[in-house]
Amino acid sequence: MLMNQYKLFQPRNILSVSQLTSYLRQLLESDEILQDIWVQGELSNVATPSSGHLYFTLKDEEAAVRCVMWRNAAARLGFEPREGMAVEAHGSMSVYEVSGQVQLYVDTLRQAGEGALYQEYLRLKAKLEAEGLFDVEAKRPIPDLPRIIGIVTSPTGAALQDMLNTLRRRYPIADVVLSPTSVQGVDAPPGIVAALMRLNQEVHPDVILIGRGGGSIEDLWAFNDESVVRAVASSDAPIISGVGHETDFTLTDFAADRRAPTPTAAAEITAPDKAELLAAVVELSGRYTRILRERLTDLRWDMGQAQSALERLSPRHALNTYRQRLDEIILRLDRAVRSQLETKRLRLENLQNALKSLSPQAVLNRGYALVTRKEDGSLVRRAGQVRHDEDVHIQVSQGSLEARVTKTHQED
Amino acid sequence: MTEKKKDDIQEMNFEAAFTALQENVAKLEGEDLPLDQSLALFERGQELAKHCAVLLEDAELKVRTLSMDAGFSNQEED
Repeated sequence: MLMNQYKLFQPRNILSVSQLTSYLRQLLESDEILQDIWVQGELSNVATPSSGHLYFTLKDEEAAVRCVMWRNAAARLGFEPREGMAVEAHGSMSVYEVSGQVQLYVDTLRQAGEGALYQEYLRLKAKLEAEGLFDVEAKRPIPDLPRIIGIVTSPTGAALQDMLNTLRRRYPIADVVLSPTSVQGVDAPPGIVAALMRLNQEVHPDVILIGRGGGSIEDLWAFNDESVVRAVASSDAPIISGVGHETDFTLTDFAADRRAPTPTAAAEITAPDKAELLAAVVELSGRYTRILRERLTDLRWDMGQAQSALERLSPRHALNTYRQRLDEIILRLDRAVRSQLETKRLRLENLQNALKSLSPQAVLNRGYALVTRKEDGSLVRRAGQVRHDEDVHIQVSQGSLEARVTKTHQED
Repeated sequence: MTEKKKDDIQEMNFEAAFTALQENVAKLEGEDLPLDQSLALFERGQELAKHCAVLLEDAELKVRTLSMDAGFSNQEED
C-alpha cells in the first residue's frame, strides 16, 4: 500500500510540504503501536498557557520529543508537572502539520514509578510500624540547650546552608559537626547510615539534624530506605528530620524523634532562639534582684519590730510607766479620800441636825427652863435638890435669870 | 575565693552557666538562707547572668566536618 501511494506522486517525485506532513501523519496514525504507547522520560520546557493545554518536552540523555496534553486531560493531573520531573506519559503519536513537528498527544501523565514505589512505601511503613519503630513512647526527648549538634546531609546541598544559617542566627553557641553524605541516588542509603553511625560513635552529639531540600519522590527516596529508617530509629542521639517540603512525609520522618517540614524548620526546633534565651537570662536576673529586695524589706521590718520590742522592755520605759501609774494611784487615792470626807461631812451634818432637835435650847425655845444650882452648876432635876434661900441659875430662851429659892414643894 | 569563683564562671559554657543560674534562683527562692549566703548567691547569679549574655552576644557558630572516607570504610567493615 505504501508503494502504491508513493506511486501516486510519481511523475516528478516531488511533494508539497503539506503532502509530506499529511502523509507522515497518516503513516503514524495508522501504526497500532504508536497509537497506544507509554513513554518514560524527564519533563522539560513545561508550558501551561491560559488555554489550559499543557505543553512540554519529554527527554532522556540522548533524545527528546514534544508533547501536548489537551485541557481536559491536563485538568485531571494529580500533581503539578515541574522541570526535571521523571514521568511516564501515555498517548498517541501524530504530526502537528503547521510546524511539521512530530508530537506525542498525551492523555495520561503520571510520576515515574509512582505506583510501584508507593506500594513499596506502604508495605515498609506497615512493617516498621508493627515493629514499633514509630512508637511515640520510643521517642527520645530533645535537649533544651544542645551543646553539640550533628548534621547529616549533603555537604553541597542548599539544606546544609539553610540549617547553618538558621543556627548561626538563632543559636550560635553550639558546636556543629557535619557528617557529610550523598542524599540521593544509590549511594545515599548506605551513605546516610554510615554518616549517622560516625556521628554517634565519634562525636556523641546532643541532637542530630538529618535532611535534604525538596525534590521529586525519587530524590527523597533514600529517606524511605529501610536501613536508613532503622538507623534513625536506633540512633543514640535524638534525631530531628527535615526532609523535602511541607507535604513530603518520608519514613525517616516517622522514625525521627521530631519531624520538621523543612531543613530550616528542623534547625529552628533544635534549640531556642538567642533572643528568647537572653530574655530568660534577664528574667532570671530580675527574679534574683526581686527576691533579694523582698528579703531585705522583710529583714528591715523584722528589725523595726525588734527595735520597738526592745524599747518596750527598756528600764526607762518601765520607769515612765511606773511614774504614770503612781500618778494615777495618787489621783485615785485623792478622789477616794475626798469622797469619803464628803460622805462623813454629810453624816456629820445629819447628826448635827438630829442633835439640834434634841438640844436643851430647842426645849427652852418651847417655853421650858433649865435650872442649875449656883453652888456647883449641877442641873436641878428634882425640887428636893435645892434648899430654901439657895441661889439658882435659870436658863430660858434668849437669856437667863438669877433667882433665889423662896419656897420648895416636894411632890412624890 | 570570690576570684576563683569568677574564674570558674568564665570557663563555663552557656548550658552550664544557664543551668547554674536557674539553680541559684531556685535556691534563693526556695530556702530561707542567712543573709550573707543570699548575698553571695545574688552576686554569683549576677556574674552568671552577665556571662550568659556575653556568650550569646559574642558566640559564633563553630562548624567542623567529619571525613567521609572514614565513614565509608566503617561501612565496609560491617
